[in-house]
Amino acid sequence: MTDAILQARGIVKRYGRVTALDNADFELRRGEILAVIGDNGAGKSSLIKAISGAVVPDEGEIHLDGEKVQFTSPMQAREAGIETVYQNLALAPALSIADNMFMGRELRREGVMGKWFRMLDRPAMESFARQKLSELGLLTIQNIHQAVETLSGGQRQGVAVARAAAFGSKVVILDEPTAALGVKESRKVLELIQDVRSRGQSIVLISHNMPHVFEVADRIHVHRLGRRLCVVDPKECTMSDAVAFMTGAKAPPPEAIAA
Amino acid sequence: MADAKSQPTQEFERVLKDSATEVASFERHRKSPLERAQHVLHGNPAFVPLIVLVISLLLFGLLLGTKFFSAFALTLILQQVAITGIVGAAQTLVVLTAGIELSVGAIMVMSSVIMGQFTFRYGLPAPISILCGFAVGGLIGYVNGFLVARMKLPPFIVTLGMWQIVLAANFLYSKNETIRSQDIAAQAPMLQLFGGQVRMGGAVFTFGVIAMVLLVLVLAYVLTQTAWGRHVYAIGDDPDAAELAGVKVEKTLIQVYTLSGLICALAGWVLIGRIGSVSPTAGQFANIESITAVVIGGISLFGGRGSILGMLFGALIVGVFQLGLRLLGTDPQWTYLLIGLLIIFAVAVDQWIRKVAG
Repeated sequence: MTDAILQARGIVKRYGRVTALDNADFELRRGEILAVIGDNGAGKSSLIKAISGAVVPDEGEIHLDGEKVQFTSPMQAREAGIETVYQNLALAPALSIADNMFMGRELRREGVMGKWFRMLDRPAMESFARQKLSELGLLTIQNIHQAVETLSGGQRQGVAVARAAAFGSKVVILDEPTAALGVKESRKVLELIQDVRSRGQSIVLISHNMPHVFEVADRIHVHRLGRRLCVVDPKECTMSDAVAFMTGAKAPPPEAIAA
Repeated sequence: MADAKSQPTQEFERVLKDSATEVASFERHRKSPLERAQHVLHGNPAFVPLIVLVISLLLFGLLLGTKFFSAFALTLILQQVAITGIVGAAQTLVVLTAGIELSVGAIMVMSSVIMGQFTFRYGLPAPISILCGFAVGGLIGYVNGFLVARMKLPPFIVTLGMWQIVLAANFLYSKNETIRSQDIAAQAPMLQLFGGQVRMGGAVFTFGVIAMVLLVLVLAYVLTQTAWGRHVYAIGDDPDAAELAGVKVEKTLIQVYTLSGLICALAGWVLIGRIGSVSPTAGQFANIESITAVVIGGISLFGGRGSILGMLFGALIVGVFQLGLRLLGTDPQWTYLLIGLLIIFAVAVDQWIRKVAG
């Protein structure tokens, strides 16, 4: 058995008469960047939601770090160390960067002020946010009190990635992180992803952007018709091959299916 | 190190290394005074109503002199807005979650009627009746919250229905009877607690005014300094994002509506102090007045933006206009006309401030 941090076997998810996931398997190895690609409607999002606790699969097992887990809400997945950066980023636009990073897990003051008056520990949250952002080379944001809506798209993405990286002790899932970004901002986010990986976290990257996928991924999970079709190595396979597998234009090599 | 590992593999990205390196340089362009004002207002949404309040105070002060600028007249304004301020605080909580609460006035009257009738009809001790009034206010708020959060019904519809239900129940239960002020004073003076006064020179502060100010200050603290308060804002901004970010949206929404019901019950108690009697027909316009205070106070009806202090300023602006125009001897319709203009002005300013992001 390889060193898998997150593993799913035979996941089934039906929505009424539509089967979104049909006995899907999934494996994320420790410290790798695994890209998940697939056509629209192939079930990528359902797969990711099942792993991150946003939907509860009808059948199948998920193992995190060798232990069987069953998430019924994203909160449970977060507590287990799986953080997700959603396509809509899940940021509250009118709140500050620090408030957003700690949404749902705020720090409170010590002593009477925190215990009885439930006062937030703003200085601690702000210094933590500042530290995390600078670790990821994002301190071009000048004012930590700034409302998120005054940031550019790339900076917002950066805040969301920083939040996930700061708290996702085991796995960070990124759903289309570069879809809405310009060339330069995409580059910044790809660097961020590599930074996060270099600190030992495992990453799942969902993307439609083949060049980005082939640049950063260690392995590529090709999803088709609700199940894992194959896993390919980006170094041994071309982009057109991957697209051919994904769309069904070409059958994948048998050794890739076994993986 | 960033250079070593992130060599762009795409041909078109090779030129990136020559591109401008000073990031965020756009921040440095000189902002016009108007843009700067927009940013200040974006950060401090209570500024607009505060400025309007100060200007209207000065205006009426110049027109009326000491008749208006006396401790007595100014504290009279506070007394007149005490109920609106308390109900407005309840309204603020709901509006911040992008909802609206049309049943605030009905909950207030229902609670005051229960506090009165339980004491006089069933002979319960006043403190018990008051607790019952709070319980009913909280319960109605909880039902509103449950219908909005769990059943996903629109807040406008839920509270519109609840307004009719509670108001009708209030008339049916009270049999349209008013409990007279002198009876309350003789048998259950605790019900009139908030009518009590503190005098300082010419200034008169009723306990109701003090309660209103304290309530607003406590809520201002809760909304800005606690996690719960931040969650209320996040839900108003974008409930789906808040849920994904780890906020328990349904639970928080139910808490907001329940708390708002409890605050309305407090308003019902203060109402007895203000008018002396318990009347099922009192406070008919409390819901419209509270929404007016909230809107003039710069709280966005689209949720997630604004400050409860702004609501207090909004209520005071209405009070200043009412008293000032009455002292000037104008037709009271001018008051409504001007308040209508202020409402539209306030919403226009809200939209303009929001553009700061775009």
